[in-house]
Amino acid sequence: MERIDIHPTHSYESFKLRLGRPQPFGATIVPGGVNFSIFSSHATSCSLVLFEKHAKSPLAEIPFPDEFRIGNVYCMVVFDLDYENLEYGYRMDGPNNFQQGHWFDPSKILLDPYAKIIGGRDVWGVSPDWEDIYHHRGRIAFDDFDWGSDRPLEIPPEDQIIYEMHVRSFTRHESSGIKENHRGTFAGIRDKIPYLKELGVNAVELMPVYEFDEFENSRPNPQTGETLYNYWGYSTVGFFAPKAGYAATGKFGMQVDELKNLVKELHKHGIEVILDVVFNHTAEGNERGPTISFRGIDNKTYYMMTPEGYYFNFSGCGNTINCNNPIVRNIVLDCLRYWAAEYHIDGFRFDLASILGRDPWGYPLANPPLLESLAFDPILAKCKLIAEAWDAGGLYQVGSFPAYGRWAEWNGKYRDNIRKFLKGDGKVGEIAQCLQGSPDLYAWAGRAPATSINFITAHDGFTLMDLVSYNHKHNEANGENNNDGSNDNDSWNCGWEGETDDAAINALRRRQIKNAIAMLMISQGVPMLLMGDEVGRTQNGNNNTYCHDNELSWLDWHLQTKNPDILEFVKHCIAFRKSHPVLRNPNHFRNQDYMGSGYADITWHGTKAWNANWSEENQAIAFMLCGKHAKGGTVEDNYIYAALNMHWQTQWFELPALPQSLRWHVFANTGAILPSSYLPGTEPMLDNQSGLLVGDRSVVILVGK
Amino acid sequence: MDIKLKSVGEIQVVELDGDIDASTAPDVTKFVSELVKPHIRLLLDMTKVPYMSSAGLRTLLSLYRQITTKEGKLVLVGLSEGLIDTMSVTGFLDFFITTLSQEEGLAALA
Repeated sequence: MERIDIHPTHSYESFKLRLGRPQPFGATIVPGGVNFSIFSSHATSCSLVLFEKHAKSPLAEIPFPDEFRIGNVYCMVVFDLDYENLEYGYRMDGPNNFQQGHWFDPSKILLDPYAKIIGGRDVWGVSPDWEDIYHHRGRIAFDDFDWGSDRPLEIPPEDQIIYEMHVRSFTRHESSGIKENHRGTFAGIRDKIPYLKELGVNAVELMPVYEFDEFENSRPNPQTGETLYNYWGYSTVGFFAPKAGYAATGKFGMQVDELKNLVKELHKHGIEVILDVVFNHTAEGNERGPTISFRGIDNKTYYMMTPEGYYFNFSGCGNTINCNNPIVRNIVLDCLRYWAAEYHIDGFRFDLASILGRDPWGYPLANPPLLESLAFDPILAKCKLIAEAWDAGGLYQVGSFPAYGRWAEWNGKYRDNIRKFLKGDGKVGEIAQCLQGSPDLYAWAGRAPATSINFITAHDGFTLMDLVSYNHKHNEANGENNNDGSNDNDSWNCGWEGETDDAAINALRRRQIKNAIAMLMISQGVPMLLMGDEVGRTQNGNNNTYCHDNELSWLDWHLQTKNPDILEFVKHCIAFRKSHPVLRNPNHFRNQDYMGSGYADITWHGTKAWNANWSEENQAIAFMLCGKHAKGGTVEDNYIYAALNMHWQTQWFELPALPQSLRWHVFANTGAILPSSYLPGTEPMLDNQSGLLVGDRSVVILVGK
Repeated sequence: MDIKLKSVGEIQVVELDGDIDASTAPDVTKFVSELVKPHIRLLLDMTKVPYMSSAGLRTLLSLYRQITTKEGKLVLVGLSEGLIDTMSVTGFLDFFITTLSQEEGLAALA
């Protein structure tokens, strides 16, 4: 039977219309037409503005008739649109009063916050027409991707090994060797899946892929004249649309399919996709920023405002999204549900997530409704939720982020403590916590080891190579007189600032890199590796390359041949972690022998077995994991022993005796002449089973089997 | 969009000439859908299709679904290099058998 709602009831000029449906928000293809729906609680009128693709001036403006407003939602079906060739926006009128926080301006054309595709920056780096009356243009997406039998992988959190990467940086360098039009795109990542598989990671965390404007605050580099961009994209234009410039097919408007296909292909190879999402602020900036969308639609609802009408700035980026307003909470929830359901995304990492726990006046909430909603949402139920548990307003919640049994955290304390230990500051007590999945932060609250996303380096800050090559940041190329970027790097240059020919320094740096990787991969919790650290990528001491679309940011694939020993070591360590469930416990250690093996699940040692030296300044520690206690005693594994000697002198470590039938084998020794590691399963037996020399600033990992 | 039909033995050969986008895709769908019957063997020659939009690709996938439901077989012939690349990165290519020439296409359907 034919539906009656496929027939128009109204007309405007040549357009046929009828009352739309308020839900879902956004533009949705319906039989015969497109349903447009948008919220504003303060607008007094609204028009739909239609453009032909790329056209300078509108094709038509259709005012919403009064009877097409339901509550605070304008909704209308427009029939017979050539929706593949269409761009749309809105014009809204309403109060304009700075102190009251109202910014309505009918001269502006506004982007739909729910736009699923956004045109205007279709190809990365192509200079926009600054005279354009409408820069970021909503388009209409097909939500009909053929997923076949794909679904999110649901890898147990403790089994994840995350690779943090920037879409463009990963393959933009010509050394990536892929087709030119794929470089720096989602398609490029797909081309490099074999590399990721060989590396062994099982999750990629993509730095922001929601549509952003690389030309936001773009400017010439004062040193070179080269353009500095909003390269990282932590400044969202549209939360429902993938970055067109990251798609090889962006010029055909097919970025949605290209990203979905990437997710599908990664899943096919056992790799999850985590998105780095930025819900703390938008690209509209402060009072002087552009009007793109939210500001002109309902400024007061979407942003946290001071009583004087200024923008609160807890993000450090000009404005702060009013996350715990019920309307805004819903758009965040709608957005994440959309990405989980439509794109099969496996998890989300929330940038400056502490902001999501502030009330509309900026005060931290004890029980933030948004975080609770996300934790208990049925559609997001299997998604990983990872908080960057701090913000630029001074809230620091590592260990205390409102978790509801669901939220994991970027463990900033892990990063800081491992870095300090690595350069010889001691603090073995802190390191013991790091190695165990930070029970000091999480066990008391009943939060699992996998709550702790362990990392030593991330996009913010030094790369691993730079961490061992620089004492200070060198951010001059950012054009801010080296004032940007963190000063607290806990780094050590090993004796010379920057690149050197000194063989001893270079050898020590390599060792330090391997020490860091070894510690990361034997820690309980979830390891996160920064793109390129596996091949010793440098940013020449720049610890904040947010603006560089050049070799400072791009992964140079030649590094594989320059630093093959580092790459091999990382691969081995990842493989070692994957072959040993005892390194991936779902629950915290009990410091007991509850399996009757004669060994507690974890035991601590020093240069003398069974005798760890816990003094503050001590720089060496060893531990043993009992294989009978792997995954809480549910699976059997080998015994693992690791000695971490961050002292400047070689030390003899007495080994704890194994059960009679077992022998210690050497998996890794960063202080040894190459090879410094072995493929798991091929480890040679240790000659002397009672002890071994561990070189200065070296890590030894043994497997008892 | 110009559409021609011929038969080579049991195989239906449809030759398309022109872009396939939101405005022409419905014509292609209508034309081909009317041919689809159980166990159909269909060759779609796209040597003269310079551009296919997202809507065009969806049309092809929808025809593929119709044909496989009827236990038929579809082969695409003469896709341009650019089109192959677009179809590959967006996942459409995985569904289709493609060949360079009509002869190879007929052989694939034989």
